[in-house]
Amino acid sequence: MSTGMRSQESAGIATRLGSWQRRALIGLGLVVAVVAIGYALMWVRMHQPPPDDLDLSTTRLTAAGHYRATILPGSDPIPINRLHTWTLHVETPDGRPVESAQITVDGDMPQHGHGLPTRPQVTRYLGNGDYLVEGMKFQMGGWWVVDFTITADGRRDTVRFNLVLE
Amino acid sequence: MPRRPILLGIAAVLVIVAAASSYARWSRPAWTAEERQILEELWIGSLPELPPDPSNAVADDPRAVALGHRLFFDTRFSRNGQVACATCHQPARAFSDGRPRGQGVGTTDRRTQTLIGAAYSPWQFWDGRKDSQWAQALGPLESPVEHGGTRTQYARLIAEHYRAEYEAIFAPLPADAELQRLPEAAGPVADPAARAAWEAMRPEDRDLVTRIYVNMGKAIAAYLRQIRPGASRFDAYVEALRRGDEAGMAAALSADEVAGLRLFIGKAGCTECHSGPLFTNHEFHNVGVPAAAGLPADRGRALGAAQVLADEFNCTSPYSDARPEDCAELRFLKHDAPELEGAFKTPTLRNVAERAPYMHAGQFATLRDVLDHYNRVLAAAVGHSELQPLHLSETELAQLEAFLRALSAPPQVPADLLAPPAD
Ligand code: HEC
Ligand code: HEC
Ligand SMILES: [Cu+2]
Repeated sequence: MSTGMRSQESAGIATRLGSWQRRALIGLGLVVAVVAIGYALMWVRMHQPPPDDLDLSTTRLTAAGHYRATILPGSDPIPINRLHTWTLHVETPDGRPVESAQITVDGDMPQHGHGLPTRPQVTRYLGNGDYLVEGMKFQMGGWWVVDFTITADGRRDTVRFNLVLE
Repeated sequence: MPRRPILLGIAAVLVIVAAASSYARWSRPAWTAEERQILEELWIGSLPELPPDPSNAVADDPRAVALGHRLFFDTRFSRNGQVACATCHQPARAFSDGRPRGQGVGTTDRRTQTLIGAAYSPWQFWDGRKDSQWAQALGPLESPVEHGGTRTQYARLIAEHYRAEYEAIFAPLPADAELQRLPEAAGPVADPAARAAWEAMRPEDRDLVTRIYVNMGKAIAAYLRQIRPGASRFDAYVEALRRGDEAGMAAALSADEVAGLRLFIGKAGCTECHSGPLFTNHEFHNVGVPAAAGLPADRGRALGAAQVLADEFNCTSPYSDARPEDCAELRFLKHDAPELEGAFKTPTLRNVAERAPYMHAGQFATLRDVLDHYNRVLAAAVGHSELQPLHLSETELAQLEAFLRALSAPPQVPADLLAPPAD
C-alpha cells in the first residue's frame, strides 16, 4: 500500500466525519437493540421467573372468605421428586377449627402447562381442624400453585397457595 | 470540535463491552452458590443408598442375586431358545442394544432402555406400566416379540435346571412328575393355544405356576439392583470443585464441556427434568418426539398409568410382599390427566453417549439430532409438548453435546456379574 493512498483515505475520513458518526451511532443502536432483545428472549425461556407480586404466605383466607387455611408442608425445604405428607389446618375466619370437612387437592405449574405427578388426597382428620394430606410430590423446581377445595356444612370454598421451589 | 471525542467514546464503549462479554464467557471461573447446589445434586455422591423394595422380600438376598444373574443370561427361557434379557440389555452397551427398537423373537415397538440405575425408579418402562423391577421382568418373558415363552414352560425349566438354588431361596418346588402333567406351553399370553391351555388349568395349578414365575422375577430384580452407575468425568469435576482444586477441575472437564454444563443447568433448562444424580426426575413428560416411522403415535403414560393400576403383579397384588401402606406411589398415582398423553419417562443421561439411537423408539440417530430437536421443537405427535425452542447457537449445541459425552463411566457392578455366569 502506498503512502499516497493512506493519506487519501484519511483525507476522506476527515471530510466525511459527520456521516461516519451518524452511521456509527445507528450501528451502535442496532447492536444494543439486538443484544437486548436476544437477552430478553433468552430470559423468558431460561428463567421464567415467577411474577414479582406472588403471595407466598402459608396462611390464607379462602376465595369467598368462609375459611382460613394454613399449609404445613412436613419438611423444609419441600423436597423435589419425593412423596411426602402435608398437614392442612382449616378454621373459620374467627379462629374456630373446622371439623369433618370434605377436602380435595390439586396443583400445577402455571408456566409449564402440567400438574403434579401424583394425585394427593386428604386421608385423615387429625383433630383440631388439622387434615393429613398424603401423596404430595413435585417433579421440578419453579413456581407451583396448590389448590384446596374445602366443603363443610354445605359451604364450599377454594384457596390457592403459591410455592416457589428450589 | 466534539466529533472526534464522540467517535472515540463510542469505540471505547464497544471495546469495553466486547472485552467484558468475552471475559464473562471464557473466564467465568466460579459458580454461584445456586449453581453449585445444582451441581452437587447432579453429582453421583448425592445418589442415596438404593431404597429397599418392600414388594420383593429377596431384593437384597445374595443368593437371589446369583440366581437372577444366571436367569438374565439364560436363553433357554424363550420360545426359540435364543433370547435372554442380555440379548437386548447388553452389558457392554450400557445394558442396551444400539437398535432403534428391541429385537427378540420379534421386534418391539419401543427402544431398549438402559438398566443402569433403573432400580431407583418407582416406575419401569418408558410408560411406567410396571411399579417394580420384578413385575417388570415378567413382562418381556411373556411378550410375543421378546422372549415369547410361557409360565408353564418357565416353571418346568426352573425345576429342571435351578431346583436347588430356587428351593434355597424360596419354597420347595413340586416334584418333577407333578410339573410334567401341566401343559408344556400355557400362560395368559397372546398366543391363542397357550392361552386356551392356561384357561383350562385348575386355578390352584395356575397359582402354583404363577408363584414360581413371580419368584423368577424377584430373583432377576435382585440382580438388576446391582447395576449401579459409576463416577464419570463430570463427577470428578464436582469432586474437585468441592475440594477447591482448580487443577483437578481443569483435568476433569475441558472448557467446552464446562460451557456445556453451564448451559445444561442454566439457559437450556435441561435440569427441569434431567435432575438429580441420575439426571432424571423419574417422571413422565411430553417432549414432542415424532412418531417412529411405520408406527402409530405412541400415547405413552396415558396408557401406562391405567395399565399399572390394573397390573396382575403391582405393589398391592397378592404376589407382592409389600403391605398396602408401602404402595404410596400406586395409591396416589395420577392416571387421567391430559398431560399424560404422549408423555414418556425421562431417561437417565448417564452413559448416554454409549447408547444411540435415542428416544422411546430410537427416533433420533445421534446426540446432535436430539439437541437439534430441543433447539427447534415441533408440535407433538400426540398430546402437547412441554418444551419451548431453545434457539441455541451452533457453538452452544456443540458444547452441550460435549458435556453429555462427559457423563459416561463403566457401571458400578461386581465384575463377575457383568459377564454370563461361569458355568
Ligand atoms: C427383545 C429385547 C428385550 C428383551 C429380551 C428384554 N428387554 Fe427389557 N426392555 C426392552 C425394551 C424395548 C424396553 C422398553 C419397553 C417399553 O417401554 O415398552 C425394555 C425395558 C426394560 C426395563 C425398564 C427400565 C426402565 O428404566 O424403566 C427393565 C428393567 C428391563 N427392560 C429388564 C429386562 C429383563 C430383566 C429382561 C429379561 C427377563 C428383559 N428386559 C428382556 C427390550 C428387551
Ligand atoms: C420437560 C422435560 C425435559 C426437559 C426440559 C429436557 N428433557 Fe431430555 N428427555 C425428556 C424425556 C421425557 C425424554 C424421552 C422422550 C421420548 O422418548 O419421547 C428425553 C430424552 C432425552 C435424551 C435421549 C436419551 C435417550 O436415552 O433416549 C437426551 C440426550 C436428552 N433428553 C437431553 C436433554 C437435554 C440436553 C436437555 C436440555 C436441552 C433436555 N434433555 C431437556 C425430558 C426432558
Ligand atoms: Cu414444570
